[in-house]
Amino acid sequence: MPRQKVRLYTPPGTLGGKLWGWRYLILRRVTQVGVLLLFFGTLHWGWKVMGQPVLRGNLSASELLGVVPLADPFAVLQQLVSGHWLHTTVLFGAAILLVFYIFAGRVFCAWICPMNMVTDLAAWLRAKLGINDLFRLSCSIRYWILVMALVLSAWMGVAAFEWVSPISMLHREIIYGAGLGLTAALGIFILDLLILKHGWCGHLCPLGAFYSLVGKFALLRVRFDDATCTHCGECARVCHEPHVLNLKLAAERGKVDFGECTNCARCIPICPENSLDFAWRWKASPERRELPTRTQP
Amino acid sequence: MRDRQDGSRGVPGMDDKRRAFLLKGLQGAAVAACGGLVWAHLLRQEAAASVLALRPPGALPEADFAAACIKCGQCAQACPYDTLRMARAEESVPIGMPYFVPRDIPCYMCSDIPCVPACPTGALDPKLKDVAKARMGLAVIDAESCLSWQGLRCEVCYRVCPVKGAAITIQNHPRQTSKHALFIPTVHSQACTGCGMCEDACPTEVAAIRVINPKLVQGRIGSHYRLGWKSDTPITQQFKPAESSSPAAEPVPAEAPAPKTAPGMDILNQGLEP
Repeated sequence: MPRQKVRLYTPPGTLGGKLWGWRYLILRRVTQVGVLLLFFGTLHWGWKVMGQPVLRGNLSASELLGVVPLADPFAVLQQLVSGHWLHTTVLFGAAILLVFYIFAGRVFCAWICPMNMVTDLAAWLRAKLGINDLFRLSCSIRYWILVMALVLSAWMGVAAFEWVSPISMLHREIIYGAGLGLTAALGIFILDLLILKHGWCGHLCPLGAFYSLVGKFALLRVRFDDATCTHCGECARVCHEPHVLNLKLAAERGKVDFGECTNCARCIPICPENSLDFAWRWKASPERRELPTRTQP
Repeated sequence: MRDRQDGSRGVPGMDDKRRAFLLKGLQGAAVAACGGLVWAHLLRQEAAASVLALRPPGALPEADFAAACIKCGQCAQACPYDTLRMARAEESVPIGMPYFVPRDIPCYMCSDIPCVPACPTGALDPKLKDVAKARMGLAVIDAESCLSWQGLRCEVCYRVCPVKGAAITIQNHPRQTSKHALFIPTVHSQACTGCGMCEDACPTEVAAIRVINPKLVQGRIGSHYRLGWKSDTPITQQFKPAESSSPAAEPVPAEAPAPKTAPGMDILNQGLEP
């Protein structure tokens, strides 16, 4: 099967080649820091566009340009489960983001969440230092924590995860002033570095679990081209949710078809065969290929 | 349980796979129960501190507020005086929610109440249009450190009060010759908004007038007390003379019409009517 897209070849040793290889990483850092900066600048430096504050609030709930409400759909879900009906502003805001994440998948975790910078640093350092896991843990435990958050919300009458969320502590205290909440980020750094590889984002975080469930319906996917893949395993080595790169399943479906995939795009530039790339769900189907084992539905 | 013929232990009729599955489920439930109880304990501890926090105007009753506040801080951003702050993890009030400390910055009771429409969840009730109807707390005076109670002319709290004459009044207590009269500031809960301007302005080293959650100080008379001298107090019980033991008792008087003035009114309690 002929290559459909030919990338401009850049020798990997040069600076340009390195930057090109890091393009998604750089973009992710820009959006992660940029979103925080918009919140911070609007609050502390009065950033305005057309007389309207740029982005008021924080990652729990905000208002874009004085009109568009945005809200964390998982926080809103917990509040609704706690038995309190909310105003339409925040329900509308949650719906907007829910629709966005159905389009884009679990991108919150890799592209927006400030904790990602903490856990990425821990993962990078852990690889450099060659630290092994203290124990193994199922990566589906997060779904049980998600269920527990909802059960406790209903029982205690408050949004259970929001009251203890290290993510919320982190962005709230970055935006509104630093306090002891930042030690939560330190705790997660230590967990990820010394105790369990990808411990927080890949095993425990119920917010990530929520977005993984939403991500099952994601329209933006990482397309997989089985014809060019040499099964070298580079992609799974850089992936923070390596079980999503089940290449047999990816070959069958033509894409990485897991809700846990954060669309972080670490795998895309690393692939020496360009077998992975972003594509819309409907364009990433293996129909043109014949798979002997595939049965017609 | 008993030893099987093959040496393994288990319930007869239950194969090892099923036993392992059930045991694993039980162990998972145990972990969930332990974790859930610790988590619930954290939440309960955190929520218990909510009586210490003064909330923005229009805040729902505390339990509803705690459920509805999404901790986004848009109210704090809307506040032109930076009165509202978002509770940090180490502070002794529930985490992440807006509150204020009047001695630092009180609520200046903006007539347009900008914090309320900024709230996206309705934790601050948008039905509040008149800021004088806000109930953020209740001012309480410590007579032992209040300058007015010592006989000095202070009354600063009375003068800075935005609902002056209703929330704080000055009561004149004349005393005997050769002593100053006392001009005592008195707080009235039906008008006090809890804005804390009095606490902010109080000249003593530690404020002698402080705003706190009314739950911590307010009592309640209870419906079983009858203030007999208030003519609007309904009389729900007709007192009858004690039943005499003799059968030829005097006849029970017919029910008399309610008197025009309250029955307990006499010279001793005149003037106590509101």
